[in-house]
Amino acid sequence: MSADPSLILDGREIPFVPGQTILQAADDAGVYIPRLCDKPGLEPFGSCRVCVVRANGRTVSSCTYPASLGMVVESETPELQAMRKVLLEMLFVEGNHFCMSCEKSGHCELQALGYRFGITAPQFEYQFPHREVDASHPDILIDHNRCILCARCVRTSRDLDGKEVFGFVGRGPHKRLAASTGSRLKDTNADVTDRAIDACPVGALLRKRVGFAVPVGQRPYDTVPIGAPEPVQEARR
Amino acid sequence: MSKPRVATTSLCGCFGCHMSLLDIDERILALAEIVEFDKSPINDHKDFTQRCAVGLIEGGCANAENVHVLRRFREMCDVLVSVGDCATTGGIPALRNLVPLGECLHEAYVAGPSVHNPSGRVPDDPEIPLLLDKVYPAHEVVKIDFHLPGCPPSADTLWEALNALLAGKPLALPYALLKYD
Repeated sequence: MSADPSLILDGREIPFVPGQTILQAADDAGVYIPRLCDKPGLEPFGSCRVCVVRANGRTVSSCTYPASLGMVVESETPELQAMRKVLLEMLFVEGNHFCMSCEKSGHCELQALGYRFGITAPQFEYQFPHREVDASHPDILIDHNRCILCARCVRTSRDLDGKEVFGFVGRGPHKRLAASTGSRLKDTNADVTDRAIDACPVGALLRKRVGFAVPVGQRPYDTVPIGAPEPVQEARR
Repeated sequence: MSKPRVATTSLCGCFGCHMSLLDIDERILALAEIVEFDKSPINDHKDFTQRCAVGLIEGGCANAENVHVLRRFREMCDVLVSVGDCATTGGIPALRNLVPLGECLHEAYVAGPSVHNPSGRVPDDPEIPLLLDKVYPAHEVVKIDFHLPGCPPSADTLWEALNALLAGKPLALPYALLKYD
């Protein structure tokens, strides 16, 4: 047996570094576990639950659960795939995701996961919630209609940009992203070069005047599913 | 054996999905060989002549007439397919769901900057189908058997799906043919 600690992921032994989460260990082993709120380089958050796995029989989010020696993890089971699909469907109906007119279409991770899971229509009723758009900033806009509360911008602004431009206000169904001063985006020190803007998996946080630059058919998820092995993605680029 | 019959309709849609169906180009000749079109804007048949194998629904339900037509399709078709984002999600017309109906009508017929309407009256002739409180995807009104999203679904998507349905095969679209835009 090798010296490195390892766990069993879908019947395959994969090594991990102590302190890694299941998701990080899977990524290092080249095994894709679907996720939305997790992004390499950011602190795990565990809000979207799309990375749900079964670890030693317990249902956990793999982005927050630490890998441990000999742990038996199931990921690609029909049951877990069904759970992930339901979570994605709920995200689609809880916001206002008009893919047909969205600048992020073809680049959107929520949409890409919809494709990967073969979602043709959600099984739930569309909520059509009332959400605001904050286009007050000259170069950036927040479209709350599309926000999935993944906190990737919150964490990126705080930990990588060193700014704390974004935060959350409200609780439960009333929770929403906000400029952390509690005011409009124009009143913050947000800048068009902030890495937080690139952190958004959906079309909630956008730079103005640069949309629709890549033709349909050549966008990242037009022909290659999200999470496809890197060589496939490279070959298609 | 007689050819399977296909009916199509555009509810609250833009006819883009029907245009996409015509986009199958010369394959439409092959399609005409294997199916007979019943009620459809393609042949301008206003009502069903008999029961159909497949009904293609473009558009969601924005008014009472849309609901009436959709229910009629459910009654008359063995398999009902939502075609396009308007049928599967409400689509662009559903943008009005973000504004109360009263405000929409007031803006369109009374307060809009280009409106000339001295009476200030919102059209209410009984001939005009009554608007619903919001725009509904087809599957929130009747049971829908298959969904083909896209704005519009590509000609290849429609071709693949129709062939699978008419051949009684499972509908499994390849990755590149399932798109929401």
